[in-house]
Amino acid sequence: MYEGPIQDLIEEFGRLPGVGPKSAQRLAFHVLTMDAADAERLARALVAVKEKVRFCVRCFNVSEQDECRICRDARRDPSLLCVVEEPRDLMAIEKTGEFRGRYHVLGGAISPIDGVGPDQLRVAELFARLGEEDITEVVLATNPNSEGEATASYLARTLKAMEVAVSRIASGLPVGGDLEYADEVTLGRAFAGRRAL
Amino acid sequence: MPLYREQGVVLRTYKLGETDRIIHLLTPGRGKVRAVAKGVRRPGSRFGGRLEPFSHVDLQLYTGRSLDIVSQAELITPFDRVRADFALSACGSTMVEGADRIAQPDERSTELFLLLLDGLRALVTAPEHPSLVLDAYLIRLASAAGYHPALAACASCGRPGHHAVFGISAGGLLCPACAPSGSQPLELAVVELLGGLAGDPWAGLPARLAACPDPHRVRRQAGALVSSYLTYHLGRPLKAWEAVPR
Ligand SMILES: [Zn+2]
Ligand SMILES: [Zn+2]
Repeated sequence: MYEGPIQDLIEEFGRLPGVGPKSAQRLAFHVLTMDAADAERLARALVAVKEKVRFCVRCFNVSEQDECRICRDARRDPSLLCVVEEPRDLMAIEKTGEFRGRYHVLGGAISPIDGVGPDQLRVAELFARLGEEDITEVVLATNPNSEGEATASYLARTLKAMEVAVSRIASGLPVGGDLEYADEVTLGRAFAGRRAL
Repeated sequence: MPLYREQGVVLRTYKLGETDRIIHLLTPGRGKVRAVAKGVRRPGSRFGGRLEPFSHVDLQLYTGRSLDIVSQAELITPFDRVRADFALSACGSTMVEGADRIAQPDERSTELFLLLLDGLRALVTAPEHPSLVLDAYLIRLASAAGYHPALAACASCGRPGHHAVFGISAGGLLCPACAPSGSQPLELAVVELLGGLAGDPWAGLPARLAACPDPHRVRRQAGALVSSYLTYHLGRPLKAWEAVPR
């Protein structure tokens, strides 16, 4: 146990996701050896992110203004909506350059065992958007794990009743991988999602 | 590091670091096992989709200091249909949460393990009645944990019969002499359904329900009793139970 500011910093780092006690110590001592200017820049960036960045009022992506860059962009196709769990997922899809519609960020995934249901996510806001905007297709791009699948299944059931086309991103074999090493679930999904050429 | 081999059902997973997960497994030989699956969150990981919740797997693990490490995983049954449907997934989540609550590390748990496999199989084979399957699983889970409810005789004096008052703390049905005064008696159909949930073969449950008058109401009442019974004896409710569509 250290004392004073260094212990405070270790404890703060230790609260971050994925940072264990050892890494928290290493980070804190790294900050101690940094130039004063570098440390100040880090501190300013931390404060600025809390002061300036908020969530887009429409899609809940991170944004510096009321509406994010993508929602404001008139060239995006307003009839296509892609639903993701987190802003990080949105960025990953943006990097592909494959999607020209807009997004809706749920802020997580349904996980009954953690007590996270539709009410803890921006699901009501999603359904409201379908009434207000001219959306004809919703692409469900939640993670292909148990929480993401449960979320997609829940949303699909309600969305289909709202007379909107619903699709799910394909899951299957990783590009560059060998078929023989694929697990049965992944390979099975790849077959179920096969397409005509 | 010693290597060992076990079958297991994945109960739940937690993210660890950038690409790993901590996996909680129920195994017959070693009870609850907590192990790290390295790189499992990376697309193209050698574990692929094998270590998702509900998967029944054949594993090779290294014994670690606090957590074991998964070295190989082969799928026996993926139970991916449970993950793909919201109602099944909510019921499956409640099942694994119950098993996670009761199982202990380093304790043979063959009964719990087989019960969980039976429950998951029943969910897949009777997907139109997920909450019925769940209630049957939960009442059997209570029995496996040592809280077997008395349903064919009075929980207090042992007098045989399908008595009409359910005493949660007493541990089952109570005869008229033992029931506290003013207790609300249950309908016979609810008492009979409770017996079916606790003892019928899994495949017979939908038919047992269909034979009830007003099956929806009877099932809800029986389900609420099962939940109160389990909550009382486990000390607190199962979180995932709330999410189950009924
Ligand atoms: Zn936006
Ligand atoms: Zn009695």
